[in-house]
Amino acid sequence: MTTKAPDAFSGGASKTPTFEESAKASLSDAQLRRNLGKATQTIREKRKVAVEELPDWEKLREAGRALKTRVMRHLDEYLLQLEESVTRAGGKVHWARDAEEANRIIAGIAKSHDAEEVVKVKSIATDETKLNEHLESEGIRAIETDLAELIIQLAGETSSHILVPAIHKNRAEIRELFLRELDVKDLSDDPAALTEAARRHLREKFLKAKVGISGANFAVAETGTVCVVESEGNGRMCTTVPPVLVTLMGVEKVIPAWQDFEVFMQLLPRSSTAERMNPYTSFWTGTSEDDGPQEFHLVLLDNGRTDVLDDEIGRQSLNCIRCSACLNVCPVYERTGGHAYNSVYPGPIGAILTPQLVGIGKPGPDSLPYASSLCGACYEVCPVKINIPEVLIHLRGKVIRHKQDGDGLRSKLDPENVAMQAMAKTFSDIRLYEASQKLARIGQWPLARSGAIHRLPGRLSGWTSVRDLKPVPEQSFREWWKSNREKS
Amino acid sequence: MVEVEPGEELVATAKEEILWRIRRATRDVPKDERPESIHVERGYRKEGDSQREEIVERFADNVAEYQATVHIVGEDELPEAIAAACKKRGVERLVIPPALPEAWRPEGLELLRDAARPNLTNEELDGSDGVLTGCALGIAQTGTIVLDAGPTQGRRALTLLPDYHLCVVREEQIVDLVPEAFAKLAETVREEGRAVTFISGPSATSDIELNRVEGVHGPRTLEVLVVREAGASDS
Repeated sequence: MTTKAPDAFSGGASKTPTFEESAKASLSDAQLRRNLGKATQTIREKRKVAVEELPDWEKLREAGRALKTRVMRHLDEYLLQLEESVTRAGGKVHWARDAEEANRIIAGIAKSHDAEEVVKVKSIATDETKLNEHLESEGIRAIETDLAELIIQLAGETSSHILVPAIHKNRAEIRELFLRELDVKDLSDDPAALTEAARRHLREKFLKAKVGISGANFAVAETGTVCVVESEGNGRMCTTVPPVLVTLMGVEKVIPAWQDFEVFMQLLPRSSTAERMNPYTSFWTGTSEDDGPQEFHLVLLDNGRTDVLDDEIGRQSLNCIRCSACLNVCPVYERTGGHAYNSVYPGPIGAILTPQLVGIGKPGPDSLPYASSLCGACYEVCPVKINIPEVLIHLRGKVIRHKQDGDGLRSKLDPENVAMQAMAKTFSDIRLYEASQKLARIGQWPLARSGAIHRLPGRLSGWTSVRDLKPVPEQSFREWWKSNREKS
Repeated sequence: MVEVEPGEELVATAKEEILWRIRRATRDVPKDERPESIHVERGYRKEGDSQREEIVERFADNVAEYQATVHIVGEDELPEAIAAACKKRGVERLVIPPALPEAWRPEGLELLRDAARPNLTNEELDGSDGVLTGCALGIAQTGTIVLDAGPTQGRRALTLLPDYHLCVVREEQIVDLVPEAFAKLAETVREEGRAVTFISGPSATSDIELNRVEGVHGPRTLEVLVVREAGASDS
């Protein structure tokens, strides 16, 4: 299998490029931009219709936000309750501090059943922990069973959208891939024919698999019920057919009670696929005699989530129910696509989740809070009302502070840092401020063309590379006041 | 659980450490705050106020919108409707759950009854032509069929591996809104822990250029028979 490009969660010494660097590549790919433009626009319009059908949408959002807030503030209690409920229902609960620990637990379970192959339903948590790579290193092949995930797995690529991971590939590219990888002959590029080829290929895998692996959309503390929301039926397959089921979930996915599904199962499908309800939702409570897997493991994953929890403003990022509505409305995402974020969590939610999960101080993730025009569209559509712009600004502050606090020559000589410090000094002293205005008027004349400064010289050029600068006016308000009002 | 390496006995378990991290991270939460102290305003609609007639119609419309076939039939017409559906589909080997009502069983077909021990094998299910079941509930608002592994539905694999699912929904099983469904299912889940499956149309994908394709892994064809209560008018 092809080696995937490292992302923010690849760990070790791997460094990811900044958003700005990666965005350049996607912006110059015309095919990608066409696919993305079409896709995001379609989903955007459909979502609007689906949401407007519910007169109580805002009340549901508010209830969703309140429930998630309740969970985050009392996460320890809810997790203990969940563990008790799952155990009572016949499941086994494991706790994993980080990706490595989670992968070790899951590989251990697979090995104890002599599984050489496991079937998987799409789970971003397992993408985050790089479970597939780990299993492969232990000699276990993980088969992705979502159509889109299968496509990108066969292509050796990474997901570019939470919901439609292969949004960047068109039918001709997929046909070529299937002809090469799936041992089929005579395949048309009709989506129905391509889907049929995948169905046949995977049916055999489902029936043979000893272990199924899933993520979780929700897990109920009260009853121990775990929920997977999906469209294709591979979620039902993975959680029903193999005799052993392992579910990996982030600790933040717990919800208080069964009744709370009445909120989340209205918010999620309409925000996500813009449907009244997604085709299949599975709810299982531990194990059931004569029905489905007779062995169930639930792995609770931290992997940086408690660090996110530790920030009172950033904490709301954990409320995310992974609907992807914010991706589809984001003017930045629409143009760059998911790969520019170098993370399993792309788009606006990724721009706040990724740097918090991996920690501030890494050039790639640190650049993500800037991948936004702060237009606020993401906040407006978020079904659990995460104030993404607020968190973006908060994180920009954290990134800057981290840079300033960094000792060494590099942070002292950083042009933005130096300029900001000089500006702070100037703005706090009226004489210095007025003197600098006069000086600027003299200094700017060779730069100010047609009423704007398009390019600053030398190390200041970074500021004007993406924006114009207004020149200092001939007369400031204070000067005008002095000459017009103070006389009389 | 994570094994503790020799010589590491003093190291906290993953569970202890994660709980400790959470408590440290939420130190701003007042000690006397209870989860219930965070008020959840449930001002959304809990129950619909539509007439039965409207509810049934909405259910049928919404199911049909997912590209499933829907027929509304009278109680006495049901056996005939089942037989006709199977015939039209060309079903010869039909899977049925352990306690399917006698009157629903079509004649002249090979019926594969999933009687417990031994159950039908996955291969038998995979090799069948379809499955006939009842359901636990229908939800009009979303066109959803709810299965709870009850006696007229059987275990989950029955409605998953065959390529054709014929499902009987009785009019009185249809609720109007999503919250009504979760309220009705609460007892089954709490008391018996049975698995619940929501089915809204046949399985589908929009993964290739966002073109909707029906039928990926579940049954590619879903057909629903809505049964009118005896005495109710049917058209």
